[in-house]
Amino acid sequence: MIKLTVNGAERSFDGDPDMPLLWFLRDELGLTGTKFGCGQALCGACTVHLGGTAVRGCVTPVSAAEGQEVVTIEGLSPDGNHPVQAAWRDLNVSQCGYCQTGQIMQAASFLKDTPKPTDAQIDEAMSGNLCRCGTYPRIRAAIHQAAGQATAPAAKGERL
Amino acid sequence: MIHDAKLMAELAAETPKAAVPAVLANVSRRAVLGGLGAFALAVSLRDRAEAEEKKDEPKKFGADGMPHGWRDDPTIFVAIAPDGTVTVTNHRSEMGQGVRTSIALVVADELDADWSKVKVVQAWGDETRFGNQDTDGSRSLRHFFQHFRHVGAAARQMLREAAAKQWGVPVAEVTAENHVVAHAKSKRRLGYGEIAAAAAALPVPARESVALKDPKSFRYIGKGEIGLIDNRDITTGKAIYGLDTRLDGMLYALVARPPVYGGRVASLDDSEARKVPGVVKIFQIEGAPIPSEFMPLGGVAVVAKNTWAAMKARDALKITWDDGPNATYDTDTFRGELEKAARAPGKVVRNQGDVDAAMAKAKTRVTAEYFVPHLVQAPMEPPAAVARVKDGACEAWACTQGPQAAHDRLVKALKLPADKVKVNVTLLGGGFGRKSKPDYVVEAALCSQAVGGAPVKLTWTREDDIHHGYYHTISVEHLEAGLDEKGMPVAWLHRSTAPTIGSIFAPDPKHELPFELGMGLVNTPFNLPNIRLENPEAAAHVRIGWFRSVSNIPHAFAIQSFVAELAHAAGRDPKEYLLDLIGPARKIDPTSIGDVWNHGEDPALYPIDTGRLRRVIETVAGGIGWGRKVEKGRGLGIAGHYSFVTYTAVAAEVEVSDKGQVAVKRVHIGVDCGPQVNPERVRSQMEGAVVMGMGLALTSEITFKQGRAQQNNFDGYEIVRIDAAPEVHVHLLPNPDYRAPLGGVGEPGVPPVAPAIANAVFAATGRRIRQLPIRDKLSA
Repeated sequence: MIKLTVNGAERSFDGDPDMPLLWFLRDELGLTGTKFGCGQALCGACTVHLGGTAVRGCVTPVSAAEGQEVVTIEGLSPDGNHPVQAAWRDLNVSQCGYCQTGQIMQAASFLKDTPKPTDAQIDEAMSGNLCRCGTYPRIRAAIHQAAGQATAPAAKGERL
Repeated sequence: MIHDAKLMAELAAETPKAAVPAVLANVSRRAVLGGLGAFALAVSLRDRAEAEEKKDEPKKFGADGMPHGWRDDPTIFVAIAPDGTVTVTNHRSEMGQGVRTSIALVVADELDADWSKVKVVQAWGDETRFGNQDTDGSRSLRHFFQHFRHVGAAARQMLREAAAKQWGVPVAEVTAENHVVAHAKSKRRLGYGEIAAAAAALPVPARESVALKDPKSFRYIGKGEIGLIDNRDITTGKAIYGLDTRLDGMLYALVARPPVYGGRVASLDDSEARKVPGVVKIFQIEGAPIPSEFMPLGGVAVVAKNTWAAMKARDALKITWDDGPNATYDTDTFRGELEKAARAPGKVVRNQGDVDAAMAKAKTRVTAEYFVPHLVQAPMEPPAAVARVKDGACEAWACTQGPQAAHDRLVKALKLPADKVKVNVTLLGGGFGRKSKPDYVVEAALCSQAVGGAPVKLTWTREDDIHHGYYHTISVEHLEAGLDEKGMPVAWLHRSTAPTIGSIFAPDPKHELPFELGMGLVNTPFNLPNIRLENPEAAAHVRIGWFRSVSNIPHAFAIQSFVAELAHAAGRDPKEYLLDLIGPARKIDPTSIGDVWNHGEDPALYPIDTGRLRRVIETVAGGIGWGRKVEKGRGLGIAGHYSFVTYTAVAAEVEVSDKGQVAVKRVHIGVDCGPQVNPERVRSQMEGAVVMGMGLALTSEITFKQGRAQQNNFDGYEIVRIDAAPEVHVHLLPNPDYRAPLGGVGEPGVPPVAPAIANAVFAATGRRIRQLPIRDKLSA
């Protein structure tokens, strides 16, 4: 029996300990905000926080979370207003939105360690998170905004 | 494009081989219907079908020409609750283009609703009720903008009429503004919610009696100030995509499919797979024969209690495959076949003047060939669906671009009456054309049926998506030009060789269909005295499908690169040369240059306007500072293109390292799509198109050996990551006339990106890219 905490609630699992955290969260707990994109830690859509650090849920066995705290997009903030989430909405970063929960979890973790990032630091930290819609210019801008850094007017989109 | 491709492919298959319709010039509909002599040869396939089937009906364009057309009845699309909440039903699939927001804001504007009280629900697949739902071809707003204006305006009129009736005053004295109806004289006011029930009881006003707003008083349309309606759900993980549907008692399935198109299971040993805890059922799916259209490829399905168990069990299957007729497909060899075909005369699809005579007299001759490989759409959410087949009925929940197409395939596969099948549409985690083909929805239903009716979620892994796609075609474009003493072309020959999308609908077609030729081949609006366009034969060995912007990709890459090559041969600036080739601002009837398709739009409403094309090119040139001196190792490139009745241009600045690595530093993209409904989303589509276009220019490629795709996941099939993403500047060309026809937005940004990058690489290095992707080709 594996015991862990997910978004503050205690959970247990007596199935296959090799099951990736991604599928435990999605299929067993119904937390579908964590997405499946590649299954090989190549795209970052499944990013969650394990013990406060961003990890790829698709290659992290649920057994590795034993006794630890897992935070998913559903638990990132009580009201959904984490500065990263707010910046994402303000700049309309999303297109299809599918990868964005993983992007947000990665960015939130990154900003905790690097509160005032440069573009180069953002690129390095976020390069494991793919977006097929191509929202990267706005992701950069939103991370700067969440960090309280001025955003270039062009990135704000519609104020011509 | 389901509609266009399927219809054209079926008709092409029936066309006698001798009667090849080389479209000549300006054949009027009247002459066609006269149906006599040489004119009959010039009629397009689609025209011919309509002439046969509909006799004297005039040709239909736009939404009128789509299956089930359009609806504008407000009672179908708008509901107002007593608390004032306005619910707009959106019948087009949301895949990142923003259509749920954009259609709702059109309705809300004409309704004079308070945006904070508007919500959107998604229509299920039912074109009889909602009108056409094929979300492809960059046409949701193009086809439905005016109709949804009418929906909002009609609902507003009903609210005013209800209030007038209740107050006993003339309706002309009742105003409706920002969610309130009012009668100024008597100072009476009611919220929309308070009068909604009375309004709903009134008859829907006659179409002609409904007045649309003066665009000057638009509050939302054209402003770009409305945030995405799904922003909160997306950023908090509550948004439901195809992979996220959950039903009580739901099981989880994966399918092992034949690795070669047209293959079958030769033998199956599932003894190990059955031992995996959680496995419920393992069974074979019969694959559809080639051409498999939108039906499943077949294989072995594994149904289990969770996705992980299904994955482990599928890995434990021991299957031998009978690979069938495509077992030797090898893209390296095939490229050679395409090149051979492209170097010999092919079916003439446009012919003006005398190319051979002019070529013989030309001072200089330039020849070049361009190659674009197979690509796969790879939306971040792979194909997925949930289905429940029980008690003689089927209900499905799917991330689909074509819910009616999915519905119809379910009816066919399950042999159920049409009214016993319902397809619900979730959000799509990207589509890019892949999700127009509902094979995965049918697979989900077959799994549910096999387990006796429990709902089943069918997931494609990324490997499945890459191995069993509906791939972008593979192409060789062969161009020859003869230049005069000033370096301008007096003869232009272009042979486009690529397997057609028609090959998924009809057995073994060899030629591109009119809708493929009309994507930037025949309708390239250059001012040339002698031009001949040919389409040599090419066979398909994999499923060929739409990939965002489709045949525009190879056509634009070849033509816009070739123009820059000619400019170089002439010793001229490539932007000036391109503008000279386009010639003066003028309006061209697309049918006069062999484009019988014109994206399904009326050529009278949508002529090709070279002035607009020139303007977007000049705009991006200005944006990037064309002609300025750049650092060593850097270069500027430019390209323009007309697609989906929209004009786009890209100017790119690249840097090529000593080791031959290409970095795109900044991109200016300009778009003239006519009036913009939601400029904020037009902008985001252009930003995204730049990134997707960069991916196919720099890194993305699917190759085949022994009929099998050689890439597996995002390691082998590389798409752009944030560290390669350039600075993007979007230029929206204003067009405030909202009576003017709209252009497409979702796709037209992609085609000019790759040639602009290739042209910039040439400017930086003097080395010409004629094969995509560039990858490490400059490192040698």
